[in-house]
Amino acid sequence: MMNKHGPAIEATALSVRRGSRTVLDDLRFAVPPGRITGLLGPSGCGKSTLMRAIVGSQARVAGTLDVLGRPAGHRDLRARVGYVTQAPSVYTDLTARQNLDYYAAVLGIPRRERATHVQEALHDVDLTGHADALAGNLSGGQRGRVSLAVALLGAPELLVLDEPTVGLDPVLRRDLWQLFHRLAADRGTTLLVSSHVMDEAERCHRLLLLREGRLLADDTPEALRERTGATTVEDAFLHLVDEADRGAAAHAPAGSPAPPTVRKAAS
Amino acid sequence: MNTTRTLATARRVLRQLGHDPRTIALMLVVPCVLLTLLKYVFDDALRTFDSAGAALLGIFPLVTMFLVTSIATLRERTSGTLERLLSMPLGKADLLAGYALAFGAVAVVQAALATGLTVLALGLDVSGSSWLLLLVALADAFLGIALGLFVSAFAASEFQAVQFMPAVLLPQILLCGLFVPRGAMQPALTGLSDVLPMSYAVDGMSEVVHHAGVTGDFVRDLAVVAGCALLALALGAATLRRRTA
Repeated sequence: MMNKHGPAIEATALSVRRGSRTVLDDLRFAVPPGRITGLLGPSGCGKSTLMRAIVGSQARVAGTLDVLGRPAGHRDLRARVGYVTQAPSVYTDLTARQNLDYYAAVLGIPRRERATHVQEALHDVDLTGHADALAGNLSGGQRGRVSLAVALLGAPELLVLDEPTVGLDPVLRRDLWQLFHRLAADRGTTLLVSSHVMDEAERCHRLLLLREGRLLADDTPEALRERTGATTVEDAFLHLVDEADRGAAAHAPAGSPAPPTVRKAAS
Repeated sequence: MNTTRTLATARRVLRQLGHDPRTIALMLVVPCVLLTLLKYVFDDALRTFDSAGAALLGIFPLVTMFLVTSIATLRERTSGTLERLLSMPLGKADLLAGYALAFGAVAVVQAALATGLTVLALGLDVSGSSWLLLLVALADAFLGIALGLFVSAFAASEFQAVQFMPAVLLPQILLCGLFVPRGAMQPALTGLSDVLPMSYAVDGMSEVVHHAGVTGDFVRDLAVVAGCALLALALGAATLRRRTA
């Protein structure tokens, strides 16, 4: 049952430790349902760890983390949350269709409906033409889309997507973002999408900015730009980084030149 | 346990193998070729072929399934598919049973070919029923699957995984009675061989070769092999964790 009113994800005092290192430090945020929330920050800032905590794969999670009204990782959530890891988690020695068919069975989709669901998922990620190619013979981007299609199976209420557009050409990236918006608008799906490419932030309804395991901001892109006086989310992020570095008391002068950073998509 | 998910997993594993005909051919043909070779190595000593051939009928399924399972589950762990499956409504038992069913099916074919060839063409003199040989071979295959699954948790790469074969199985092959009867070894080694599961896999085969009908020793050997397989499977299940660091 969908939790219509409360947040889709709610974290309070959320921390994750790996060995002696604190990977996520005292996070508090809420992800609204039916919207696209971007999880942004540089590589290694803890985005993947946070996503793993949300889907219940991460060990040593402290604090409160509720997903669709249940504690993260609860067994009832396993069919309601779709998760795509950064590296495509598909069987390279199966075809795209066979991959989807197997995962559909695991999700408990009845046998007679499986073919339809699989076809729809393939259509959503624009892979119908490669359905019967071995996943291992597909390009990296195509394999990533097979992995994404797996997460779309069974119309989950929450989609957790770890850098789903890395390495894709601009046309495909646009198509995928259109798909994400369709999922949110038409099916009421909640999406949490991570990226370290800041221009994707503009396509989200809300943003969580993460840096070194701490939350820098939890706001809409517009409000972030307004608050920092920046023209892009990237500038707003850099502004917030500088601000955080100078400490809470310091106020960065408006219009201070942002360091010339080029953030490339990881290859 | 959920039958649909178990069967879907078994079908998936078989489909993966289906895309890899060379592996299937190697699994099925290599034991037959080696047994044929053995027959002509012992051309002058038929009794030796009877005992060594029977032992190898037990060892082949164990070794093959150990290798295939340890690599397959290692891949599952390193490719992220295991993490994905465990974030879905799949029980660990469904996954394990699915693997056991799929590789068990391959083991049946492998054992049937090897047993058929050895008994019918190579003239292995079996006092008991060939069906019992097949049954032991299947139990041995399950032991190999369970051990392979368990050790895959300790391998970080495929290089390490294949090294577990000589590390875990070769000592057992040396001590199982294939080269020297178990009772004729030094007492310490006999004692060691008494606690290694492959010894019972091979003993079970010898029982069928030398005795008509089902003997008490045969039942004991089969029970030990099956028990060890279940134990290794339970330990293997404990290495599948939904939450990892």
